Amino acid sequence: MLTKRIIPCLDIKDGRTVKGINFENIRDAGDPIELGALYAAQGADELVFLDITATNERRKTLAELVTRIARHVNIPFTVGGGISSVEDVNILLQSGADKISVNTAAFKDPGLVDILAREFGSQCVVLAIDTRFEGDDWYVYLNGGRVKTDIKAYDWAKEAVNRGAGEILLTSMNNDGTKKGFALDITGKLSQNLNVPVIASGGAGNMEHFVDVFENAQADAALAASIFHYKEIEIPALKTFLYNKGVNVRF
Amino acid sequence: MKTVIIKYNAGNIRSVQFALERLGVEGTVTDDHDEIMSADKVIFPGVGEASTAMQYLKERKLDQLITNLQQPVLGICLGMQLLCRHSEENNTDCMGVFDVDVKRFQSPVENLLKIPQIGWNNITGLHSVVFEHVPENAYMYFVHSYYAALGADTVAITNYVINYSAALQKDNFYAVQFHPEKSAEAGARIIENFLNL
Repeated sequence: MLTKRIIPCLDIKDGRTVKGINFENIRDAGDPIELGALYAAQGADELVFLDITATNERRKTLAELVTRIARHVNIPFTVGGGISSVEDVNILLQSGADKISVNTAAFKDPGLVDILAREFGSQCVVLAIDTRFEGDDWYVYLNGGRVKTDIKAYDWAKEAVNRGAGEILLTSMNNDGTKKGFALDITGKLSQNLNVPVIASGGAGNMEHFVDVFENAQADAALAASIFHYKEIEIPALKTFLYNKGVNVRF
Repeated sequence: MKTVIIKYNAGNIRSVQFALERLGVEGTVTDDHDEIMSADKVIFPGVGEASTAMQYLKERKLDQLITNLQQPVLGICLGMQLLCRHSEENNTDCMGVFDVDVKRFQSPVENLLKIPQIGWNNITGLHSVVFEHVPENAYMYFVHSYYAALGADTVAITNYVINYSAALQKDNFYAVQFHPEKSAEAGARIIENFLNL
């Protein structure tokens, strides 16, 4: 039976992890490879590396980093952050990334999703959506949540799936950082109506929140960053907890 | 020992090469006939679309070369599907090493099936030397929309709505639908077992 996935997310800047202190058992918590390999050894099902570097050297640094990750990490990983062209994607996949995620660039030019799916296959095209609930519905935000649009998250997700996106990574801005749980309603709406996996992100604060998002929102995967980095929740304990609650997970 | 990875127009070759490297083995990526024929072990990977991949292989006569290989061959994902008889993906005639057909997952009427299947699923009914020290119900990483049906060559089973072949074996041909190169320690064990054949 296909299992629910637990995905730690690592923010990368200039080839280094931004968060990720509090790991006395590895030599360098700023090293994405060490941290990634540690999560893999602990039973993480996948990893997401989100690059927030803004320099011109960005592309080259990231490609080199992706190669190093691919050499050392024996589970699948996705690379995202500022990806805007077929060329970007080609370099990252050639460097060893299993999937890439696109966000703002895909929203501004939805044809990019079609091209990427056709060139590289839907299985490696993850559409990332940052969304906020406002008034009556969940709306898409761009540029890391700084720019509001008047397009509903569900509508954009549906269009992107029709264009060939193979997975949706949905981050609720209302929930992100609150530690009060995932956005169950919009996650559930996407997961139950779209025929691609939905990765829930934003709001994880305790182990019960993961049960909620898997059982009540039918998320296929759950992503979190700081609770793993600061060891508030450790992956082996989380998996045991989920298993005991009847959630199908990999050990 | 010489291990080659067959180079063609289907991705994920780098991941396979790195997985070999983690086991201390150098994998040469090549489409050169002599290089492939003289190798001790041949890995036939692949992520992509069946008809364009088959066409590419045929144009370079790699299809005939592969089916005539005598040394151990390991097909992975699309590589496994291309070793089957026929694929529903763009109605493609494949190499026919394994006597099974490849079909597309179908969503049952009563609930929505997510296609492709992406993630970790368990493998059961293991009976091949490549599964030595791999426990029954071990989890492997799968990414696919098409599956090989069950048949006489099935040596591992996975369920995604239906039971299908997670692995096939016939003579010197071994093949897995999942990605052992991305399946943590259990996957590495399978690659190691293959290299030790």
